[in-house]
Amino acid sequence: MIELKIAEFPWLSLIIWLPVAGALLLGLIPRRAEGLIKGLALVVALGDLAVSLPLWFNFDRHFVGFQFVEKHSWIKALHAQYFLGVDGISVLFILLSALITVLCILISWESITKKVKEFYISLLLTSAAMIGVFCALDLFLFYVFWEAMLIPMYLIIGIWGGPRRLYATIKFFLYTLLGSVLMLVGIIVIYFKAGSLEIPTLMQMGLPYKLQILLFLAFFAAFAVKVPMWPVHTWLPDAHTEAPTAGSVILAGILIKMGAYGFLRFSLSFFPKATLGLAVPMLVLSIIAIIYGALACLAQSDLKRLIAYSSVSHMGFVTLGIFSLTGNGVEGAILQMINHGVVTGALFMCVGIVYDRTHSREISYYGGLASVMPIYAAFFMVFTMASIGLPGTNGFVGEFLILLGTFQAKKWATAFAATGVILGACYMLWLYQRVFCQKINPQIARLPEMNLRETVALLPMLLLVLWIGIYPKPFLSFMHVSVGHLLQHVHAAGSGPGLTQLIKEGLHAVFPA
Amino acid sequence: MHGEMLHQMAHLVQSGEAVRYSAQALHYTVWIPGLPLLAAVITLIFGRWYIRDRAHWIPCLAVFGSFLLSLKALWDVIHGVWANFDLFSWVVASTVKVSVGFQIDPLSVMMLAMVSCLSFLIHVYSIGYMADDPGYYRFFSYISLFTFSMFMLVSANNFLQLYFGWEAVGLCSYLLIGFWYEKKSAADAAKKAFIVNRFGDFGFALGVFLVFVYFGSLYYQEVFPRVHEVIAGKSLYLLGHPVAVPSLIALLLFCGALGKSAQFPLHVWLPDAMEGPTPVSALIHAATMVTAGVFMVSRCHAIFELSEVAMLAVAAAGTITCFMAATIAPTQFDIKRVIAYSTLSQLGYMFMACGVGAFAAGMFHLFTHAYFKALLFLGAGSVIHAMHHAPDPNDMRNMGGLKKYMPATYWTFLIASLSISGIPGFAGFFSKDEILASAFFSEYPWGKFVWFVGTLVAAITAFYSFRVVFMAFHGEFRGREVIHGEPHESPKVMTIPLMLLALGAIVSGWIGIPEVLGGGSHFAHFMAPVLGHHAFHAAKSLELGLMAISVAAGLLGIFAAWLAYVKRPSLQYLFPRRLPVVYRYLYRKWYWDEIYLYLLVKPTLWVADTVVALIVDTFAIEGTVNGLPQTVRFVGGGLRRFQSGVVQHYALIMALGAFALMILLHYYF
Repeated sequence: MIELKIAEFPWLSLIIWLPVAGALLLGLIPRRAEGLIKGLALVVALGDLAVSLPLWFNFDRHFVGFQFVEKHSWIKALHAQYFLGVDGISVLFILLSALITVLCILISWESITKKVKEFYISLLLTSAAMIGVFCALDLFLFYVFWEAMLIPMYLIIGIWGGPRRLYATIKFFLYTLLGSVLMLVGIIVIYFKAGSLEIPTLMQMGLPYKLQILLFLAFFAAFAVKVPMWPVHTWLPDAHTEAPTAGSVILAGILIKMGAYGFLRFSLSFFPKATLGLAVPMLVLSIIAIIYGALACLAQSDLKRLIAYSSVSHMGFVTLGIFSLTGNGVEGAILQMINHGVVTGALFMCVGIVYDRTHSREISYYGGLASVMPIYAAFFMVFTMASIGLPGTNGFVGEFLILLGTFQAKKWATAFAATGVILGACYMLWLYQRVFCQKINPQIARLPEMNLRETVALLPMLLLVLWIGIYPKPFLSFMHVSVGHLLQHVHAAGSGPGLTQLIKEGLHAVFPA
Repeated sequence: MHGEMLHQMAHLVQSGEAVRYSAQALHYTVWIPGLPLLAAVITLIFGRWYIRDRAHWIPCLAVFGSFLLSLKALWDVIHGVWANFDLFSWVVASTVKVSVGFQIDPLSVMMLAMVSCLSFLIHVYSIGYMADDPGYYRFFSYISLFTFSMFMLVSANNFLQLYFGWEAVGLCSYLLIGFWYEKKSAADAAKKAFIVNRFGDFGFALGVFLVFVYFGSLYYQEVFPRVHEVIAGKSLYLLGHPVAVPSLIALLLFCGALGKSAQFPLHVWLPDAMEGPTPVSALIHAATMVTAGVFMVSRCHAIFELSEVAMLAVAAAGTITCFMAATIAPTQFDIKRVIAYSTLSQLGYMFMACGVGAFAAGMFHLFTHAYFKALLFLGAGSVIHAMHHAPDPNDMRNMGGLKKYMPATYWTFLIASLSISGIPGFAGFFSKDEILASAFFSEYPWGKFVWFVGTLVAAITAFYSFRVVFMAFHGEFRGREVIHGEPHESPKVMTIPLMLLALGAIVSGWIGIPEVLGGGSHFAHFMAPVLGHHAFHAAKSLELGLMAISVAAGLLGIFAAWLAYVKRPSLQYLFPRRLPVVYRYLYRKWYWDEIYLYLLVKPTLWVADTVVALIVDTFAIEGTVNGLPQTVRFVGGGLRRFQSGVVQHYALIMALGAFALMILLHYYF
């Protein structure tokens, strides 16, 4: 039985519902009072960040199980409950979500000029739903948050996005939908098999091996699209590219982490036997994503698209770490999820900063920017190095642990995956050279340096890059107990027959002849 | 240095009394990297607005502080106080626990002292060389950051911090090669250096992982003393073939050394790195960073010695690079490139020493080389400073006769050239000879061959080194038209460091005078507790005979250079005319750049452009899914209709998905 520590004060509810309340309040403000709208949104987001801090300070890092738990009955007929709680796997994402919401508001301050009120309402609602996803301990509640998050998100892309936003939105919607539906079917099957929707209870259910495989695949559909894993990644470059800056930052920072979080929370703990059985195919898909994403970066001429493809590559490292099923690998993967949120989020913010000035995302539009905007160039350099995984930055700690963990499990996988580290240096440095070095392109010669607001928005990311890079212990210390427990659970399940055997049986079952 | 003291120390150590790493001692060494880091950060943040043209003060003082602390550490280590302590825990995950920690022993303290000394002199020199550069503060911030990183690299007590320093020096190298980033060639060279090094680091990282898998720790003290019990004789299966674990670890680690120390086949980045300012070439691309590979191999010698294959690989890479670079250097006209190729070649010597098991000899050459090579670069920098009005200030064809105009530069450059040519009495003679003798008397079968190539290259080295001396400093000045006037000597702030380095280029060798010449081989004895003692027992006459051969080779090279560039200048055109194909091959640097371009860079970009971006993304994956959005787009125009269109699809897909799953469930269970 997984232990629960009931919260004395409903912190999680407060974190989830404060932005919703803020959004409602924004709805009451007349749309002409733009300054008030933005100010209030910022205050709400800052307040949300403040009330999430108890999670950092009061979290018991030695407790196995869920903390800050709130449990109330909700829909009796479905046995669905309002059941919230966090453990070492989810807690950091709540903090990161709260932080990124603040930064998104700052970075959108001047770039969003139409339908300002609706924009900030959408942003706050997205934030609430995202945090809800990481808190939910009831499958039904989880699904509600999971889907609820999509609505404001595609409004953000669809209304405030770039010229091809409609196409991007539809694609984003269809991909995520396809996955979600299969997961919903999976949830229904689980409900009827196990008779419960409580995640802590379901973690203990031992389903038959073949059913585990099927359900794993159903959940996989939802998570793989979100991550996104190769080959269902193609919505991501379009969505990232067309989204407004804040949209890209949220997508990269939080939304795509939900897929990887889903693997950890559901796939590994609900279907441990299937996880063991399918680990190798997952590693292979991860490696393809790493190399393929990196190669695709080399072929891009659009700033945002390049960073979007780099997400594919970096998230490949995350899934690699998860399915290495070693302590180091999984802890590295969780840390790398945070890191990727910080670094890629920051890179998208950086792109947004120059996009606001030039309205161009073409790499060839720039050149010599380091002489024009030296402070900006310095920030960008730090994030570039973090993306490459230079020691001393956060990217290194994550990548190192992932590759080390994978090496302990499957040496060949590391050998392939590490080539992504070489390619990562190639595309990021090439990008940096084309944008910042060489002769100043005349059309950007008079761009103003970053202003105070923009610098303040990037500074927390810079500090996190260095903090996690130099002293990651506080971050990693959240994970040890939860990850250790999770992996013990997985490995205790023991693996079933191999994949080829299953496919044979499956084919035989469907086509008896 | 205190030769007697070193000797006593070695005795103490061999009797097993002093070899005790203390966790409490030498904590002040933290400030050796600490000071330059602070200086770098302060200069970077405040340099642009507040410090500007005074930016040299803080870094210079900080590095001088590091130098004094390093001397104190050297003193303490000589007196038998070694330290190994952790500062704070860095990466602590499930089974990994690594700290930022320091190991201060003869090997690291020697590097600390050498690096801090050179770094300080080069900081001072840069005050003159970089004056009036718009990026003045940036320059000082970067080289301070580099100095910090190099200190972290050499004083690490674990592989992860070594890797940190390894990559951090690479970053600084990248930033400084591309210091004049407006120039495309500089930006290209910087990127090339970083990426080529990444190839080496790829192997290095895998080697570190393998160490962790076998030893369960990344601390040196939990790895090196245990190599015999843990990995000796073990093998693992690679694609169905058994591979000896020590060989695999050593070879993977060596990949890193190939990149960082620019050895064949990863040597291509170093000549291009000359795009950076000359003090950078002296500090990073000659004296310190590029020798990190030799340092690392020596640090890990316990692993390398377990594997004959790895030792052969080290010797082979060193020998090939040593010879190849020496054949390219005489054909180049860019003064910095000639010296860059000589650096490659000399690094080759160091690896040759490692490859015959004479790690102390390799480290000795690393030590002396740092002084004379930094001096060569700074001297070249002084010349370039004088020529800086020329369209290409590095071109030796526009120089000549500079001896008259810049005597301080000339005499110091000459000392460095005599040192690298192995003329007795100068530092390079002792260290090169140590390597050649160790190779000749080595128990490894390739020792004699290494000796032969080493001696041959000694002659070529002397030739191309004096080619530079004669072309730049002797004869008549040929550059009046290009610089519109007379060249002038550099300011004192540049020439005084040159003189101090010239002193180093002579006396740094005296700490290792071999017994056969009446010395005490103090350097080797000092290193012995860390690197082991590889004494060879040879007849005195034979040893002296070998020495005579290498000196004769050096003199022959100098004579040939004098003949072709002073006495009968027509001789220098003989080779290009008689053997144009060979000349061209050497002039184009054995075509390695072209080989990599067509075998690696272009195919990768082609794959990226064609296969990935076009075929897979546009047709294969998109094609299957794109049908849907296109229908939807057809249905919906505005946002409202688009949503209603999607709802229909929601229902459709949901139904299809549920149907498919139910069929599966029905048949499967």
